[in-house]
Amino acid sequence: MDTLTAFDLATVPLREVNSALHAPGLTGDVMIANPAGAHNVAVGVDAPIRVTIDGHVGYYAAGMNQQAEITINGNAGTGVAENMMSGTVWVRGNASQSAGATAHGGLLVIEGNAAARCGISMKGVDIVVGGDIGHMGAFMAQAGRLVVRGNAGEALGDSIYEARLYVRGEVASLGADCVAKPMRAEHLAELADLLRAAGFDDDPTEYTRYGSARNLYHFHVDNASSY
Amino acid sequence: MCGIVGLHLRNPGLYPRLGELLSGMLCEMGDRGSDSAGVAVYGDPTLSPPGHGCVSVLEVEPAAETIGNALGTDVAVARYDNTYLLSADVDSQTLLHAVRTVHPDALIAGFGADMAVLKGVGHPRVLTESWGLAKAEGWQGVGHTRMATESAVDPAGCHPYAVGPEQCMVHNGSFANHATIRRELRRTGVRFDSENDTEVGARFIAQQLAAGRDVESALKELCAVFDGFYTLLVSNRDSFAVVRDAIACKPAVIAETDDWVAMASEYRALAGLPGVSTAKIWEPEPEVVYAWTR
Repeated sequence: MDTLTAFDLATVPLREVNSALHAPGLTGDVMIANPAGAHNVAVGVDAPIRVTIDGHVGYYAAGMNQQAEITINGNAGTGVAENMMSGTVWVRGNASQSAGATAHGGLLVIEGNAAARCGISMKGVDIVVGGDIGHMGAFMAQAGRLVVRGNAGEALGDSIYEARLYVRGEVASLGADCVAKPMRAEHLAELADLLRAAGFDDDPTEYTRYGSARNLYHFHVDNASSY
Repeated sequence: MCGIVGLHLRNPGLYPRLGELLSGMLCEMGDRGSDSAGVAVYGDPTLSPPGHGCVSVLEVEPAAETIGNALGTDVAVARYDNTYLLSADVDSQTLLHAVRTVHPDALIAGFGADMAVLKGVGHPRVLTESWGLAKAEGWQGVGHTRMATESAVDPAGCHPYAVGPEQCMVHNGSFANHATIRRELRRTGVRFDSENDTEVGARFIAQQLAAGRDVESALKELCAVFDGFYTLLVSNRDSFAVVRDAIACKPAVIAETDDWVAMASEYRALAGLPGVSTAKIWEPEPEVVYAWTR
């Protein structure tokens, strides 16, 4: 697979397409047409290839990605790029709930809005959302960076361990143990890098950083109601 | 899981395709649970003759002549798999009363003008075929394919729940406090057909609407009273409304064009609709009521 390989999901079974994407030694470009909201499109890729999915996808698209640059020309359902390890997943439209869930690495860009639980339990991934995110963003986030160019819904960063959250707009409310923190020079620099990687040139000083107050790391009886 | 679908047509040119489009949407959601399925079709002149009261009955074969004698007018009965559709030149509540008098144990699947409810145990692909749903026409349809969690797999547990005139509700999720609310509703004289959680929600909405509330405020009240997970699609003869609980873990996608408004548990159920590539597509926000009327 050196040059362009094209699959049409209207005629080729999804399992056949995913199997082809798991062949050893892949390089080049892959086009996938007519996903029609199918689940599990381009999951488990582990090759330095470029995959373009032309249309809306269902659940877990580009899940477990390693190395590949996967672009979705449409909206994504629940759990896009869940458990990504490396590479890039780029959603041109909106994403449903749990985008980037538990992802360890790589970059997830959502040009539109992301729904609830964006970055839930993120473990090192970078996520840049062009619009708003829903409630419980970065719930139990452990590592990585989440950038939101719009507003964040309720309970942002609830029970957050580590991970740095940058929000430009309004935050409806903060979750347990999530607090606003000062933007130091290194934060402005890393935010500028993340925005640039996602193709945006916002002024980083317009953003607020949020992170863990680290009060819930160890059990303390005074915090019993927050666990 | 469960899958829910709904299609509210704006362009009369599409009315002849309602059944075909609704069948496609519902069968696509069969992967989300397929122990039972049901639909409500608004505006098919064969299923629900215009100007007539209509009642959908399950489990008992209705005695058309006896019911007709009780009413003093002819009653037509048509069988669609295990659902009997009754119609007569009286209003639907009068027909319903006569059916209940003659058949106290009949399971009423729905009643109203211009609305037919078809439901049963089985895979949506098998059921929609046995109903000939693809041939149905009309201005609005809703559907449900079930993976039972809160009550038995039997006809009484199938959705839709159409418990008020022309009203219909389908639900993906589970209500946690349905037993408490059922007891409270029973105390006010509300009759129940099943132990199903969704029936409680439907009867709650019907009571709210009967008390003069509009669908939007009735659904807001449901959000305040009911605990649990839900995406609900509530239809009436001329309206179509969607609401999700505050946690919003049960999926929902809405798409809208000049020709139609459609809702489904997942986008793939909408992928075959005409003009979907240019539709406005979004996910409903938690506890926001989205409603359309014609």
